[in-house]
Amino acid sequence: MGTITKLLESLLSGLSLGSIYALIALGYTMVYGIAKMLNFAHGDIIMAGAFSIIVFTATCGLPPIVAILLGIVFCMLLGVTVEFLAYRPLRKASPLAVLITAIGVSYLLQNVAQLLFGTSDTEFPISVGNSALALGSVSVKYSVLLTVAVTGAIMIILTLFISKSRTGKAMRAVSEDKDAAELMGINVNRTISVTFAIGSALAAVAGLFYGMAYHYVGATTGAMPGIKAFVAAVFGGIGSIPGAMLGGILLGIIEKLAQTYISTELSDAIVFGVLILVLIVKPTGLLGKKISEKV
Amino acid sequence: MKLKKATVNKLITYLMVIGMFTAIYILNEGGYLSRQLQKMLVPICINIILAISLNITVGFLGELTLGHAAFMSVGAYSGCLFSIAMKETLPMAARFPLAMLVGGLVAAVFGILVGIPVLRLRGDYLAIVTLAFGEIIRNVILNIDFFGGASGLKGTPRDSTFLIAAIVVLITMFVAMNLQSSRHGRAIMAIRDNRIAAESAGINLTYYKLLAFVLAAFFAGVAGVLYGHNLASITPDKFDYNRSIEILVVVVLGGLGSVRGAIIAAIIMYILPEYLRFMKDYRMLIYSIVLILMMLLNSSPAAIAIKTRIREALSGVFKKSKKTAINGKGGSEA
Repeated sequence: MGTITKLLESLLSGLSLGSIYALIALGYTMVYGIAKMLNFAHGDIIMAGAFSIIVFTATCGLPPIVAILLGIVFCMLLGVTVEFLAYRPLRKASPLAVLITAIGVSYLLQNVAQLLFGTSDTEFPISVGNSALALGSVSVKYSVLLTVAVTGAIMIILTLFISKSRTGKAMRAVSEDKDAAELMGINVNRTISVTFAIGSALAAVAGLFYGMAYHYVGATTGAMPGIKAFVAAVFGGIGSIPGAMLGGILLGIIEKLAQTYISTELSDAIVFGVLILVLIVKPTGLLGKKISEKV
Repeated sequence: MKLKKATVNKLITYLMVIGMFTAIYILNEGGYLSRQLQKMLVPICINIILAISLNITVGFLGELTLGHAAFMSVGAYSGCLFSIAMKETLPMAARFPLAMLVGGLVAAVFGILVGIPVLRLRGDYLAIVTLAFGEIIRNVILNIDFFGGASGLKGTPRDSTFLIAAIVVLITMFVAMNLQSSRHGRAIMAIRDNRIAAESAGINLTYYKLLAFVLAAFFAGVAGVLYGHNLASITPDKFDYNRSIEILVVVVLGGLGSVRGAIIAAIIMYILPEYLRFMKDYRMLIYSIVLILMMLLNSSPAAIAIKTRIREALSGVFKKSKKTAINGKGGSEA
């Protein structure tokens, strides 16, 4: 295999992995921007999405498209429920309390999944096969193309939704100033619920692509991609939607390049090294804006 | 003579722990303890040390760190390597305290290395970066053959005894409780309560944050050395993120900022699962529910309001004084 082919292939697989990160990072960044909290359980929603799709196809025997849609709805309900039961009562509590609760929720989801599906991994039933499109000496898997295309489309829809729709406007207002938004007659609780629903729906899509890419899903599947996607969100600038997209894709490419050229075992350490570097050099991320603090 | 409330509180904690340790020591020497219980003594002490040290950052400083197990691993590996190297040259009585000092100091140095860049961050960022550092440290240890890789480091002398572990617990308690009532401790807690006000009052944020961070890392390292010398073999997977969360659960259950609470919670959290074997599959599930419920009950404004009302109603029954309405607001920290 030629040097350039090797480079192009790791770039392509990085793009595919990066798209999954980007989808998850979008959820993180929206929740962080609007509710000002790090939803630690977001990664586990991916796992919940993947498992619900497995249950709907394999156990209920539904066609893949229906199962995927139901999986997305399930995740939206899950996200909104978690927000309602665990995070809403703590809206005015200290950030430390919210963060610890979120970690608790993450653990809860993982352990419930472990009790339901066991400790060994479950096979993911949906797949687009291993067929690939040959472009010269480089072959591109259709699953990669699908992942990248869907992620791109979602980002465009999401950007339009936030900049044009009424709800999107409310979301921007809440993220700017919660109290002022409330005084303007915006239902803050409802807006935050909508944010969690959208974020969780994106996580379900990420769960689908993750399952398609890795073929197996386990109870802790979501944890590592979740944390890395948070790194991506910080990298791109937390609260910024194009930033999450850019950060996700760059991080995916960095991880794959590190795996190809440096070391497979140390690739996680390198990804986390990126986070530390970004936070030291440019804490607001690539596309984030600086927020001055009010006393 | 009238003692201050804080002093009385401290004395109660010391008496509780010393009394308990003496009782256990006598029972143990007399051979009244079952083998199962004997094996649990040192791990319980290790858990107590970890909980108290994490409490310094989470409870006193109010910053969540998720890499506590990584400092423990740094301490464990350096202390164990020291002991292995000195096995022939030094007698156990000199070697083991030195190993603990080495482990603690190396962990503290790592605490400084991690702390200087990280402590510019706060809240969620700090939590995720300490998590990242923890994973990096574990990854690096796993991939360096010198440390034994995934199969672990073997050949450490099994020096940990209950007496030594108990003494270390007392030292940790002494440092943590004195810190709490000292000028330094008050500065640290002022940063937790209002960072901006603390900074305006001339408190050097970086210095005090680093102090709390390094102290916590030091004792985590010492706990790691005890751990390594209790098992004779250590593997990197024992120091992962889950371990950090387990320590956090103990701290949260005991009450953020409370040394006595951390001690009691550490004991309960270790003994209960051992005796309730049927709960084994649900252990982590219960941990997570404990975390969520403790936070909801202690921190949500609605729950605090209800608790305050109950307290007022109760004190009204017992005292029938009119002052309770003023005193009823918020609980003080032990």
